[in-house]
Amino acid sequence: MSLHVEDLRVYYRTLAGDVKALDGVSFDVADGEIMGLAGESGCGKSTLGKGLIRLDGRMRYVGGHVVLDGEELPIWDDAAMNDFRFRHVSIVPQYAMSALNPTRKIGRMIHELLRTRGASGNGVQQELERRLELVGLGPDVLGLYPIELSGGMKQRVVMVISTLLDPSLLIADEITSALDVSTQKAVAQTLVEFRDRGFVKSTIVITHDIAVLFQVADTILVMYAGKLAEKAPAEEIVSSPRHPYTRLLISSLPEVGVRHAEQELHGIPGRPPSLLDPPTGCRFRDRCPLATDRCLQEPPWVEEDGRGIACWEAAPVAPAAPSVLVEAR
Amino acid sequence: MSSAPPTALAAPADTPQLKALGGPKPMSSLREAVHFALGNRKLVFGISVTVAMLLFAIVGPLLASHAPLAYGGDLAAAPTTHDGYWFGTTLQGQDVFSQFVNGLRLAFIVGALGGGIAAGIGMLVGFTAGYRGGVVDEVLNMLTNVVLVIPTFALLLVIASYLRVRGIMTESVFIGFTSWPWAARALRAQTFSLVSRDFVDLARLSGRSSWKIIFREIAPNMSSYLFMMFILLFGGAILIAATLDFIGLGPSNTISLGMMMQLSVQNAALQLHLWWWFLPPGLAIMAIVGSLYVMNVGLDEVFNPKLREM
Amino acid sequence: MLRYFLRKLFVYGLTFVLAVTIDWSIPHLMPGNPVLTLMGRIQIQDPKVAQQLYAHYMRAFNLDLPLWKQYWYFWVSLFHGDLGTSILQFPSSVTSIIVHAAPYTLGLLIPAILLSWYAGNKVGALAARRKVLDNTVLPLGYALTATPYMWLAIILSWTLAVIWRVFPVGYGYDPTATRGFTWAFIGSLAYHWFLPFMSLFLVSFGGWAIGMRNMIIYELESDYAHYLGALGAPQRLIRKYAFRNAMLPQITGLALSLGTILGGALVTEIVFSYPGLGYQIYRAITNEDYFVIQGIFLFIIIGVLVANFLIDIAYLIVDPRTRTGMMAGGGS
Repeated sequence: MSLHVEDLRVYYRTLAGDVKALDGVSFDVADGEIMGLAGESGCGKSTLGKGLIRLDGRMRYVGGHVVLDGEELPIWDDAAMNDFRFRHVSIVPQYAMSALNPTRKIGRMIHELLRTRGASGNGVQQELERRLELVGLGPDVLGLYPIELSGGMKQRVVMVISTLLDPSLLIADEITSALDVSTQKAVAQTLVEFRDRGFVKSTIVITHDIAVLFQVADTILVMYAGKLAEKAPAEEIVSSPRHPYTRLLISSLPEVGVRHAEQELHGIPGRPPSLLDPPTGCRFRDRCPLATDRCLQEPPWVEEDGRGIACWEAAPVAPAAPSVLVEAR
Repeated sequence: MSSAPPTALAAPADTPQLKALGGPKPMSSLREAVHFALGNRKLVFGISVTVAMLLFAIVGPLLASHAPLAYGGDLAAAPTTHDGYWFGTTLQGQDVFSQFVNGLRLAFIVGALGGGIAAGIGMLVGFTAGYRGGVVDEVLNMLTNVVLVIPTFALLLVIASYLRVRGIMTESVFIGFTSWPWAARALRAQTFSLVSRDFVDLARLSGRSSWKIIFREIAPNMSSYLFMMFILLFGGAILIAATLDFIGLGPSNTISLGMMMQLSVQNAALQLHLWWWFLPPGLAIMAIVGSLYVMNVGLDEVFNPKLREM
Repeated sequence: MLRYFLRKLFVYGLTFVLAVTIDWSIPHLMPGNPVLTLMGRIQIQDPKVAQQLYAHYMRAFNLDLPLWKQYWYFWVSLFHGDLGTSILQFPSSVTSIIVHAAPYTLGLLIPAILLSWYAGNKVGALAARRKVLDNTVLPLGYALTATPYMWLAIILSWTLAVIWRVFPVGYGYDPTATRGFTWAFIGSLAYHWFLPFMSLFLVSFGGWAIGMRNMIIYELESDYAHYLGALGAPQRLIRKYAFRNAMLPQITGLALSLGTILGGALVTEIVFSYPGLGYQIYRAITNEDYFVIQGIFLFIIIGVLVANFLIDIAYLIVDPRTRTGMMAGGGS
């Protein structure tokens, strides 16, 4: 088992109290697996992604365990985590386009970074150039300033940098959000290629865009309001979602070629609960069409046959309308 | 004296320093803002001191027993409760207290007027340049740069020295017309960033006139920022005016804080230890301007949630 | 890069022309014959002196010529270094007054500007790191930067020169000392220089410290700092980058602050009777010595423009982005 997360809790300190952004999440990611983490804004996926590598700002570790390659990650200890960062756990951040120091030539910055991490030398330099070429960038990129590159180029440079030391776990946080569709595809494919070439072992792809996940992820984990909702292989999540939230999510995706007159597009009515003082029981019950009295009690996370779900009322197998995504795959 | 505020807030608009001031803030509810405002120590301190000085400036002249320029007291007398010479007298026997409160009043007037005019021009130039872009922007930019580079203090010096009779209004107008460039720069950058936002496009599509868009859509989003800018210009105007007055270019027929300092130095008050003559004016300016700056920092924390202390 | 300089030079050229024009035009904007008005203010007893002055003024103002010719001659005399003659210190030429006073002012300004900038930046950066230091530096910085220059000069003079006679109360050097390149004289110069310098230094220092502290905090919150931290880079690397990046606006801020500290130098000289340009301007204003005022103004303008240009060069060296020519809009 490459990554094992158990009952992870990370809250945000605020003046008004603790925001329970990540409230007890457990899952595993195997070697060579690309796991997608999906959910709407504020569901906790970014907190999870950041929490696995560096707690910053107001984030506070509350409880739980993270075990990578058999070793526990001391995520509560910023200094101790440094040994793991970049080498074992790495991240391609949400702000990749501005992640490079604007007043330093890219090559120089990489060199200084590697040196402080004890990983400089000719071998690394060659590998760096090789990988740049892989993503379609020549070695002359190293002599440029970030301002001279386009957004997509910067994205690719950051991806190369982050995976340069072959980490066991790569966290890709909303890496396609700021890109146009064709670049999105290229970036997504790069992720898969990195995995295929063994540059990274396990990958967690965080996004709110399920369509992208469908292209690259092996498994998809759906989160809601700080907790897990459902987990299943990518194809199954899309073709036969069980959790009512997942089902609403999938069916609210627009289909290519279908007109509004023929099939109305439904969003999910309502808003996610406040995580400052979350409701007892299932957090989705206020918006859930299937909610009953039983849902006042929090549903346990049940895993079976590679699928997991936290819902009392989930139908055993309830296919959504055939999605064009399935046909396109 | 400051024709530009401390560098914390004075960098040209196209630098990240501007961003340190914070961009347009989300329009949080008024109640929430007030709640945070009252809890912010710097803001409370800044406002208290400023308001206290303002009250002093308003009420003081009514309490003064003698006219600022009137002679008649003992020469160079120390502060005393006798006869209302609470701050003592000058070397010529004038009432320092009366001069002091009169100067306070003038300081607030100059600050408000000079700062207000500078803010107005800054907004006019900044908004137009940011909103219109293109040639208009280039021209305004050039204008801003020129006024920025000219050492306006030296300019004020030359102009004021030729004027026979100077009033507080003239002084304020001068200061206003020379201290706007950095404000224009800052506002231009902010306007740029807002102009590309969707709600402005919507307003444009709906056919609103440019100025209406600027006032209805853009300015309200920057209201906190504009206010903070005004505070800085206010403080800066007071400092510039005090310096001009000290050199001898203050308003005629009246006494300002800067002039008090000038006269005291001229009359060897330092050597004669007439501390009540030269200490209060400088202290007052320091108090007002300092509390304005502190207020500014507090305001930034209130409006920019990221800076709020835990 | 060439574009960058050309833009700058254009603005400076424009500014210079504008400033000279303003300088020339002000007397002409006053109602009446400016020369007669000037003469009327000067109570010259000796008719011969009065006549000389009148002739000089008429020549200087070229009032018998059409306006554009007057303007032209103004420029001509400017390039000949002829800035007129002082009324108060007749027959000294304005140029000679400036030449004698400028070294004192520059001797105050240049060390004060450079040292306060350097020290302020260093202390500000340190304050951004340690909370304890920050709690003293911040209020101190705000207090200093809110202090009017002349008031701090007054306080320093009163406490250190009048009450505790540690330093002299004024003048550029001991009036009884013999001038020359002797150690005694240089020592006297330095001794008299110290308080005015300190006064200028302290007020500017406050502003720079606060500015740098805020900038460093801002830079430490930037995306690149977060990215490096996420990849486990040590604090010293991140701080090094943050410091370098925070310096950039501090350099441009230097140009912006010139006007301020210039005014500060002028009033400080007045308090200490320090024989620099400020002192001369003060005397000129109180005695309505217009040529001196005009001349010093032009000198200041040239000085400020030169300083701005030097700062622009420094910025070009330090910010690599300007060299690639990718910065649009002529960021200054």
